[in-house]
Amino acid sequence: MEDKWHKQYWQRNLRYLSILLIIWFLSSFGFGIFFVDTLNTVRLGGFKLGFWFAQQGSIYIFVVLIFLYVRWMNKLDKKYDVDEK
Amino acid sequence: MDVQTWTYIIVGFTFAIYIGIAIWSRAGSTKEFYVAGGGVSPLANGMATAADWMSAASFISMAGLVSFMGYDGTVYLMGWTGGYVLLALLLAPYLRKFGKFTVPDFIGDRYYSNLARTVAVVCALFVSFTYVAGQMRGVGIVFARFLEVDINTGVVIGMCIVLIYAVLGGMKGITYTQVAQYCVLIFAYMVPAIFISLIMTGNPIPQLGFGSELSDGTYLLDKLDGLHQELGFAAYTTGKKTMIDLTFITAALMVGTAGLPHVIVRFFTVPRVKDARISAGYALIFIAILYTTAPAIAAFARTNFISTVHNKEYSSLPEWFSNWETTGLIKFDDKNNDGIVTYGADANTNELTIDPDIMVLANPEIARLPNWVIALVAAGGLAAALSTAAGLLLVISTSIAHDLIKKQIAPGLTDKNQLWFARGAALLAVIVAGYFGINPPGFVAAVVALAFGLAAASFFPAIIMGIFYKRMNKEGAIAGMIAGLSITLFYMMRYKLGWIGGPTTPADWWFGISPEGFGTAGMFVNFAVSLVVSRFTPAPPEDVQEMVESIRYPRGAGGATHS
Repeated sequence: MEDKWHKQYWQRNLRYLSILLIIWFLSSFGFGIFFVDTLNTVRLGGFKLGFWFAQQGSIYIFVVLIFLYVRWMNKLDKKYDVDEK
Repeated sequence: MDVQTWTYIIVGFTFAIYIGIAIWSRAGSTKEFYVAGGGVSPLANGMATAADWMSAASFISMAGLVSFMGYDGTVYLMGWTGGYVLLALLLAPYLRKFGKFTVPDFIGDRYYSNLARTVAVVCALFVSFTYVAGQMRGVGIVFARFLEVDINTGVVIGMCIVLIYAVLGGMKGITYTQVAQYCVLIFAYMVPAIFISLIMTGNPIPQLGFGSELSDGTYLLDKLDGLHQELGFAAYTTGKKTMIDLTFITAALMVGTAGLPHVIVRFFTVPRVKDARISAGYALIFIAILYTTAPAIAAFARTNFISTVHNKEYSSLPEWFSNWETTGLIKFDDKNNDGIVTYGADANTNELTIDPDIMVLANPEIARLPNWVIALVAAGGLAAALSTAAGLLLVISTSIAHDLIKKQIAPGLTDKNQLWFARGAALLAVIVAGYFGINPPGFVAAVVALAFGLAAASFFPAIIMGIFYKRMNKEGAIAGMIAGLSITLFYMMRYKLGWIGGPTTPADWWFGISPEGFGTAGMFVNFAVSLVVSRFTPAPPEDVQEMVESIRYPRGAGGATHS
């Protein structure tokens, strides 16, 4: 019983990780490098969008990703009763 | 008051604070010495991690590099922040649950082998020593420019300061001084940035000023693109590196960050697994403040610089120009003898050679900011270099006292004696680092950037597979680390240092990947070799598989121990 419970917790964790890492990859390598020329045709005030993602946006998104993960995991730990007392 | 008096006051004041903190937080046990007793709050740990991480290179050199590279400078901005996502999601919580002191501890226990432990110790020492030599040099340069002492005297003063708080306080002393150093360095970085942003764009927030209009109504970045094209450079916002090279360098820096032992060890100092997760988040916020400001400073400084010197009469240039000329960091060669400075991409007509390092240091002078701001920048540069040096010295002393002596040579050592060994090792490390700071081997600067590649190719895959792949065994991990490290070292010696097979050009690079980015390829080699070798060798013992299982669940994480 406990094994199955633990397994489920780990699967959920891996799912969170894949979602967040895909966003991580897209916002940095995707928007900042691979699609930078396309995005540069769009403007955000004085910035070309691709350039903005490369030098500003990706960093903000990194911060958000970590806090999202912390939130999700704190909930998950409680739900599966593996949190620290 | 003049700049020098201000510098003495501000630098002296900050040094007094660091030493005061060191005396207040002396370490009484190995646990306090190695991991600050494991009781650091996540917020303080985030700040300490940020100071630990941001070195003289981040503070002094990075904005200058971005300023000269434009869009290509993105590799540093994304590369040195993106790694924290990997750390927070893939490493920190599990290593905290594992609950030992060091990275070689994890590698040695997880792969049930002292050989693996030794490989890890050697990697940790190599990465840390190359890195720390650069910091001591940075301390020397700041002293030389702002306090007008000899560079070597500057290095010695820096050594004494680090010695006091690293040897006395260990991780505990370092943690709390780093908190103070973060405050000093971020204040010193932001004040001139805000001033300049206000002057140039009327917006006090540099991150926004960066995308705002100048007083003549054009957007800053458009104006800069125009200036660049006029002078024959690639446009500032597009750059000239190939996509594959950008990708590999960025990835190597990200993964390397996540594999650096002095960063990882910071997450052993917090009380709980959830604190490890959140403190990586705090650390990244504190780092992001500087890293999102740097590209703004880069663009401001570049625009300011070009419009101040290009096509101007040499005799009419402001005073800072000649100040920096005497340090040799700016060189003017009037090729056509017209008395006018010509700057441009064409090597035949360009008359200026500029060291990127002056961009941050000279920026306040270029923008004519008050003297106390210039002094503040000096104190900030010192804080950045000292905090990183201290963190690295601790890794070196722990690797020697704990991973080598206690774990392999003299297991019966008492806690008290081990503490003396740790202090002795820290002392020795400071002296060696100081020696390299005074007599830098020519390749140090080149190797610091490469330290990331080596960390990416060795530690990162071994730790990741140690956590996420239970079947990974010692044969696979050791073979992988050795393969990844060797191929990366070979590539660097061949294409960066020119030690093997004579001089090379970028046209010789494999798939157009520069040596700085090759760590990413080394990482893939490591993963591939590990997976293949582990298929053909026996699975790890039952108790190791159980240990891997247990680090996946936060419950039951006690303080870090060395049993």
